[in-house]
Amino acid sequence: MAGSTTARPSLSRAGVAHALRLEGVSRHFGALVALADIDLEVAAGERRAVLGSNGAGKTTLFNAVTGDFPPTAGRIQFFGEDVTTLPTHERIRRGLRRTYQHSLLFRGLSVLDNLYLAVRGVSRGRYSFRRPRRDDATLRSARELMHLVHLDHVADTLVGNLAYGQQRQLEIGMALAGAPRFVLFDEPAAGLSARERRELIEILRSLPRHIGYIIIEHDLDVALRVVEQVTMMHNGRIFKHGTPEEIESDPEVQQIYLGGGHGGGGHGGGGPGGGGHG
Amino acid sequence: MASITEQRDAPAGERGAELERRGLALPRGWAYLPLGLFLVAFPLFAGEFWTVQIGAYSMILGVIALSLMFLAGYGGMVSLAQMTVAGTAGYFFAIFGTSSEMSISLGWSPWLSLPLALLVATLFATLIGLLASRTAGIYTIMITLAIAVAFFYFTRQNYELFNGFNGFAQIAPPAFFGYDWNQPQLFYYLTLAVAALCYAAVVYLGRSTFGLTVQALRDNQRRMRALGYHVTGHQVAAYATAGFMAALGGLLLVFLNGRISPGTIGVGPVIDILIIAVLGGLRHPIGPFVGALAFVLLDNFAIDLIERERFNTVIGLCFLAVVLFSPDGLLGLWEKARRALARGGRPRS
Repeated sequence: MAGSTTARPSLSRAGVAHALRLEGVSRHFGALVALADIDLEVAAGERRAVLGSNGAGKTTLFNAVTGDFPPTAGRIQFFGEDVTTLPTHERIRRGLRRTYQHSLLFRGLSVLDNLYLAVRGVSRGRYSFRRPRRDDATLRSARELMHLVHLDHVADTLVGNLAYGQQRQLEIGMALAGAPRFVLFDEPAAGLSARERRELIEILRSLPRHIGYIIIEHDLDVALRVVEQVTMMHNGRIFKHGTPEEIESDPEVQQIYLGGGHGGGGHGGGGPGGGGHG
Repeated sequence: MASITEQRDAPAGERGAELERRGLALPRGWAYLPLGLFLVAFPLFAGEFWTVQIGAYSMILGVIALSLMFLAGYGGMVSLAQMTVAGTAGYFFAIFGTSSEMSISLGWSPWLSLPLALLVATLFATLIGLLASRTAGIYTIMITLAIAVAFFYFTRQNYELFNGFNGFAQIAPPAFFGYDWNQPQLFYYLTLAVAALCYAAVVYLGRSTFGLTVQALRDNQRRMRALGYHVTGHQVAAYATAGFMAALGGLLLVFLNGRISPGTIGVGPVIDILIIAVLGGLRHPIGPFVGALAFVLLDNFAIDLIERERFNTVIGLCFLAVVLFSPDGLLGLWEKARRALARGGRPRS
């Protein structure tokens, strides 16, 4: 399997603006190598899936990009700017967003408050001692987001009281707040019902064209329908890039990742208590 | 109270959220009018002891505990240094203004010494926030307790600035607008005004942008960062805001006592503020005042039932009872009673 890393296709295309560019990014947890020398380039507006088994390093990759757990080696560029040493909130203010595999929401606040805070986080007046007015622009954007993720009817519900699927929708809404340029979706479909998955696909497809994203998703029915490129990871390394069609028909991929089976709907993800990623 | 032991990045903070989710169904709006009228009319029929030693003193402790409620109830940051900040304001009012120790006190006009004392105390609270924001949960309690104890010993041993063990006496409230604010009724109304303002400020702040960010800190700091917030900045701002409130309480306390010494900010008073806040309930700004009144009543009248030195046992037992049976404090008891009454009034299905 180690030999397969030699077949690392380069995606660099001269003249294309890269939304995200990783050079030699590694992340070690003690002796454990969670990410090993990752090179990855994603063009602006490009939509890409990162696939791999549990422990392949997919979520660690996200954490390295957002700065939640900065890489131990390598460089990360975001729209041409080196963000490797920037704190998380500075990366966010530059247009990077993410969702979490296990929803990280403000459970003691209402849905609208959550989205309001999400929009406010990347605009001025974060320390304002005043209450937002009814016609406040930030509040308006929050309401628009609430509409986008189909949560208008639960605006004033405390997030801790929301159904699981609604929390996942809110999670996406939070990531789309305030002019994002690039979004990292971490298993957005995990634990969703079939209807909620269709709704998710609809939301992802309805995103403005200039917003690129990377999606980690076990459900290939979702993942392969909302991206143009696929990157395969295994044991902290990238071993293959391709289009969804290429990946789906690749025998090596089927053997390693899909365990020989067909990439149908059988990989329903871990659900709320799903397996952790390394 | 789950927030005391909770790690700040614990996935989902389930228990704290569980408490939060039910929402406290306290009366709203005009329902407080009778209470307001009672508080305003209180000194007209109550004697000096009740007006000052019970009424005003409860509200002063309530204001200081309210600053803790803002930090802990909204922000999940349990600081034991709120009494220390209050004491700092008192000390510096004595140092800048007039006191029995005129070799230390600078004798400046209260128009200058009062805002300066507030400023120094707020800056000190900000500094405490900078240190404490590097910690979470039980470690925040430990570091703020350490700061409180260190400051206590420092004031006791430093004679150049803090006059050591004796501290300062004969500190009078400023004679603003030609009134003698030491006059019991006037002092009561001054305290009531400050307490009402602080209460209103905390209620208002709860729905302000800053207040929402503080509550979001309690719920999930990692998400806060992922939304573009400078988490430490918001924590420190919360400490500063609470510090200003505690400083107001500290000034009133020094006006009431006319003196300040290390005993005012010792470990006992520091813990008392936590007891008051927990006793009343951390989930609503009215809690600290309810807790303070209960504390002051116990402090004054438990002595009729038991010996003086047993007071700590009594208050300890009360604290234990509240923590065990009503984690939301006396406010939680009110809630339980209300529900029980509502159930009793309806035929059981």
